[in-house]
Amino acid sequence: MLFEKHNPQTDEMIQIMDQDGVIVRPDLMPDLSVDEMIEMYKTMVFVRVIDTKTVQYQRQGRILTYAPNFGQEATQVGSIFGAKETDWVASAFRELGVWLHKGIPLYNVLLYWYGNELGMQMPDSVRVLPVNIPIASQFQHATGLAYASMYKEEDDVVLAYVGDGGTSHGEFHEALNFAAVKNTANVFIIQNNQYAISTNRKKQTKSKTLAQKSIAYGMPGRFVDGNDIFAMYAVTKEAIDYAREGNGPTLIEAYTYRLGAHTTADDPTVYRDDEEVKEWEKKDPIDRFRKYLISQGHWDEEKENQLIKEKESIIKEEFEKVEKSGLVSLEDVFDYTYANKTKLLEEQYKKIKAREAREAK
Amino acid sequence: MLVLNLIEAITNALDVEMGLDDSIVVFGEDVGFEGGVFRATKGLQKKYGEKRCFDTVLAEASIVGSGIGMAINGLKPVVELQFSGFMFPGYNQIVTHAARMRNRSRGAYTVPMVIRMPYGAGVRALEHHSESLEVLFAHIAGLKVVIPSTPYDAKGLMIAAIRDPDPVIFLEPKRIYRAFKQEVPEDDYVIPIGKAKILKEGSDLTVVSWGAMVRDVESAVTIIEKEGFSIEHIDLRTISPIDRETIIESVKKTGRFVVVHEAAQSFGPGAEIITIVNEGAFLYLEAPPTRIASPDIIVPLPKGEHHYLANKNTIKDELRKVLEY
Repeated sequence: MLFEKHNPQTDEMIQIMDQDGVIVRPDLMPDLSVDEMIEMYKTMVFVRVIDTKTVQYQRQGRILTYAPNFGQEATQVGSIFGAKETDWVASAFRELGVWLHKGIPLYNVLLYWYGNELGMQMPDSVRVLPVNIPIASQFQHATGLAYASMYKEEDDVVLAYVGDGGTSHGEFHEALNFAAVKNTANVFIIQNNQYAISTNRKKQTKSKTLAQKSIAYGMPGRFVDGNDIFAMYAVTKEAIDYAREGNGPTLIEAYTYRLGAHTTADDPTVYRDDEEVKEWEKKDPIDRFRKYLISQGHWDEEKENQLIKEKESIIKEEFEKVEKSGLVSLEDVFDYTYANKTKLLEEQYKKIKAREAREAK
Repeated sequence: MLVLNLIEAITNALDVEMGLDDSIVVFGEDVGFEGGVFRATKGLQKKYGEKRCFDTVLAEASIVGSGIGMAINGLKPVVELQFSGFMFPGYNQIVTHAARMRNRSRGAYTVPMVIRMPYGAGVRALEHHSESLEVLFAHIAGLKVVIPSTPYDAKGLMIAAIRDPDPVIFLEPKRIYRAFKQEVPEDDYVIPIGKAKILKEGSDLTVVSWGAMVRDVESAVTIIEKEGFSIEHIDLRTISPIDRETIIESVKKTGRFVVVHEAAQSFGPGAEIITIVNEGAFLYLEAPPTRIASPDIIVPLPKGEHHYLANKNTIKDELRKVLEY
């Protein structure tokens, strides 16, 4: 294993490409084709364009609440890129790059944030659990998904995502323990973006790193530069392969930064300095990757402009479709409580239907 | 025919279903090697292997939460929470996820899972071992809540719960786990969830009960009928979805109503059931509908527990009051 000697108890972060886009550890450089790198880059830019546009829509009062991903694009895209189609994802709510790569249509994502549960009705081929608002509880589902794969003798791996605040939750620890004991094929990824809403990571734990929590559960832990697409990919890919081969779970801490707000309802200027944000802007995962691609002759300004234009027109088009989707039907809000409506639900449904029909007149 | 007590009937139901359906997995604390602290899963690990029947880490949230993941990925978990009083760490998973996954994913992911819990007082146990918490589940949209009172029903309801496409909370009245035996068919059979049972027909008063209280009500009814009254006794069997029709039809016939439960009085199941009676049979009532419930106190430890539960005499006296109103 490449990272076997890595000690998650120190703050020596695994980094392959520095913030100027220079490969500092060529020995660890993953085997990615140019096409694959371009695909990764395009997804990261797509996430950035979607965030930018959706925050604008929110400011215009066209969407209610949205959780942007600014600054965490490499953590997301790098971690999921090494998974296969049938691998599962149990994410929280700030994993847009993961979702797009797994094939959730953008329309669905926007429909969800627009306030319609139908957005989280995954297409059959997409193995991603719906957005999980309660913190860290999705880690438990991830262990069960993995146990079922093992039970059915399938080799699918389950990737689970949580934030730095989520590592304080009991369910985070229970799930790691369960997975280690049962040796399930899990990869647990902490998107350490330094803040749980306003609460700094330093207030969550006295541990030097979050990755070192792996030690207590008897599993490998990795402390990674989450803004380095190559490091994220290489470390996660190794963990995915390790799990798929039956060796059990890994805990990865992706050290990154939330450049934007927690959600559109949050104002980060209240709890952090502009200086701090500026320092992290220098480490921007997209700028860094672009510098690398340009230096290698795989990318240029014209392609960049073309890509942004193309992605902007996609989000515009999809959001217009979402805005035309209208309100959720009465059937929809009743039909998914149970497989079949109970008699009482049938009565309640009819009562509201009759009332709404009267009011419509 | 087998002759089984209630807990043996549950073990038998699990055994029969595991034999028919390879996707069923059974787990919880001490559930595998030992067969559970009450022996509900006795022999299953030996017969079906550790992969299908296993001990978990001591963590209720993990038991329920991993079960949810398994159910989404094609298995049918039947999990045991050792006592209902210890279910609270798992309650978050039950309420925020198991009950909601179908709705949240608009039907893409479902949780066909059974969560078993021994419950109820009267067994001289330590603190947290005696609660009746059925309303904490019955209030939650997306859950079903089942409570058997006989070995025959326990097997049929358990098989129905396992085959149900939604999460089912299966509360087991541990006070009568070994109280009596009954003939139980060897093969599989289903007792439909949501259907109450008229244990005994009568014309003067309707009494509804479930779980361990069914036996106490039966004793009270026997005594009071000697005085010349005719009582209709209904075993609810399913708390949610509740069988309103059977209750309402019965009250229309008898005109008098009493509900008997172990759970504490305030905001208890009796409140909902009396509302059902008022909504459906108010004009037929000849006396105020009445509830016999436990007081709103913490279930006492063994030396004070005799103050807590209603017994056949208190039930009989209350029935008479309503009959003579």
